[in-house]
Amino acid sequence: MALIDLANPTRFLSLSGRALPWLAGATALAFACGFWLAAGAPDDYQQGATVKIMFIHVPSAWLAMFGWMVMSLSALGTLVWLHPLADTAAKAAAPIGAAFTLICLITGALWGRPMWGTYWVWDARLTSVFVLFLMYLGVIALWRTFDDPSRAGRAAAILTLVGAINIPIIKFSVDWWNTLHQPASVVKMSGPAIHPTILWPLLTMALAFTLLFITLHLAAMRNEILKRRIRSLSMMQADAAPGR
Amino acid sequence: MTGLGALLMRDLRIAIRVGGGAMIGVLFFMLVVTLMPFAIGPDLALLSRIGPAILWLGALLATLLTLDRLLAADQEDGSLDLLTMGPAPLEMVVGVKALAHWLTSALPLVIVSPLLALFLNLDGPATLAVTATLLAGTPALTFLGLIGAALTVTLRRGGLLLPVLILPLTIPVLIFGVSASNAAIVGPVTFGTPFMILCALTLMALVIGPFAAAAALRAGQE
Amino acid sequence: MDLGPHSTFIIAAYGASAFILVLLIGWIAVENRMLKRQLADFEARGITRRSAVRKDTQTEPSRSPA
Repeated sequence: MALIDLANPTRFLSLSGRALPWLAGATALAFACGFWLAAGAPDDYQQGATVKIMFIHVPSAWLAMFGWMVMSLSALGTLVWLHPLADTAAKAAAPIGAAFTLICLITGALWGRPMWGTYWVWDARLTSVFVLFLMYLGVIALWRTFDDPSRAGRAAAILTLVGAINIPIIKFSVDWWNTLHQPASVVKMSGPAIHPTILWPLLTMALAFTLLFITLHLAAMRNEILKRRIRSLSMMQADAAPGR
Repeated sequence: MTGLGALLMRDLRIAIRVGGGAMIGVLFFMLVVTLMPFAIGPDLALLSRIGPAILWLGALLATLLTLDRLLAADQEDGSLDLLTMGPAPLEMVVGVKALAHWLTSALPLVIVSPLLALFLNLDGPATLAVTATLLAGTPALTFLGLIGAALTVTLRRGGLLLPVLILPLTIPVLIFGVSASNAAIVGPVTFGTPFMILCALTLMALVIGPFAAAAALRAGQE
Repeated sequence: MDLGPHSTFIIAAYGASAFILVLLIGWIAVENRMLKRQLADFEARGITRRSAVRKDTQTEPSRSPA
C-alpha cells in the first residue's frame, strides 16, 4: 500500500476508520501510564507538588507548536504538491491546536500564580504563545468565512505559512530574551537537564498528548471529508430539483 | 514611464482625490490620540510616559482601518483582475500599490505625529524618537496589512477579519517601535538596538508582504 | 496523594485541561454522528455520489458537483 493511496478520500476513510480504535486505545493507555507516573513523581525541592502541573503544561505547549507545524506542512501540501487531502488536514488541525494552546496558557497561569506570584506577565514566551493562540483563532475565522472549501484552503495555507515564523520565536524566546519563564531544559544541545523521576512522567505524558492529537486529528479529518460529501450531495440535489 | 510607475501615479492620484480616503486616516489618528487623554486623565507626567505607546497604537489602528481600501476598489471595478493578468509581476504590482498606500495613508500619520506628541507632553528627543520609529515601522504595518487585504479582498462580509488576521503579525512591530521610543526617553537600552530590529522587521515585511499577497490573489482567483 | 499548600491550583489546572479536552472530543464525536445521520438521510432519499451504485434506473445528474 503506497502513500499515494492515502490521497483518495474513500481509501483514507476506510484506513483511518480501522486505525482509529487502536489509536484511541493507545492514547488511553499512554494517559493511564502518564497519570500513574505523575502521581508517583516526587515533589520538586523548590516548587513542591505544583511541578505536577508541568506534566500537562509542557506537553500541551509542545503540541500547540506541533499543531501549527502540521498545518504548515499541510499548507505546503496544498500550495506546492496539490495533495487532495492537504486542505482537510489543515482545517482539521486548527481547532485541536487552538485547544492545546489554550490548555497551555491556562495551566501556565495556574502554575505561575503560586510560583511567580502572578497569573500573567508580558514576557517574550507568554506573549508569543498568546499570539499563537490568536493566530489559531484567526485561521479558524478565515476557514469559516469562505464558502468554497478549496479557496478557503489556499487562503488559509498562505496565512499559516506566514504565521509559521512565530514557532521558532516561541521556541527560542527564552534564549533570546531575558524572560520570567524558565529557559529550555528538555530540548537542549546538551541533553535534558531534568531528573529522570520527573523526566519520565513528562515524556510519557508528552507521548499521550501526541497520540491524542493524532487520534483527534484523524477523527476531525474524517468529519471534514464527510462534510464535503454532504456539500456536493446538497449541490447535486439542488441541481436535480424540478424546475431547474 | 514604465507600467509600474504609471500604476504608482494612478494610485497616488486616486488616493488624493476627494473620496480617495487618504486624509481620513490622519483624521482618525488624531481623534484616537485625542481620545486617550480623555480616558486616561490629564496627568501630564503619565501621558508623557505612555505617549509613544499612544501614538503607536493610534497609528496601528489608523493603518488597519484604511487597509481594505488598498485592494477593494480595484477588485470591485475589475482592474485587479487586469493587473493580475498583466505583464508586470504580480508581486511588484501589489508592492507598488502598497507603496502608494503608505505614501498617502501612513506617511501623513508620521508627519502629523510631532504635533500630536505636543498634546501628549513629549519632549524633543522623545518626539524625534517616536517620529523616527513611526517612519521606520509604518511600512511594515502597511506591507503586512497587504497580506490581509489580499486574503480578504474577495470577501463581501469580510468585516473585521482583516484586522483580526493581521494584528497578531504586527505585534512585534508595535513592541519594537514602542521599545525604541522608550529607550530614547528612559532606557538603559540604547535607541539603536530596538530601532535596528524594527528596521529589520520592515525589510522583512517589504519582501514577505508582496509575495504572500500575490500568492493570495492568485489563490483567490480560481 | 498530598498535593501541598497549592493543591487548589494543581486540581484547577488538571480540571481545566480535562474540561477543554472533553469538550473537544465531545464536539468531534457529536459532529461525526450528525454528519453520518445527514449522509444516511441523503442515501435514503436516493441521492448518492456518482461512484456509488444506484439502485433505481433514474438518469444520473448531468453535471458533476463543482
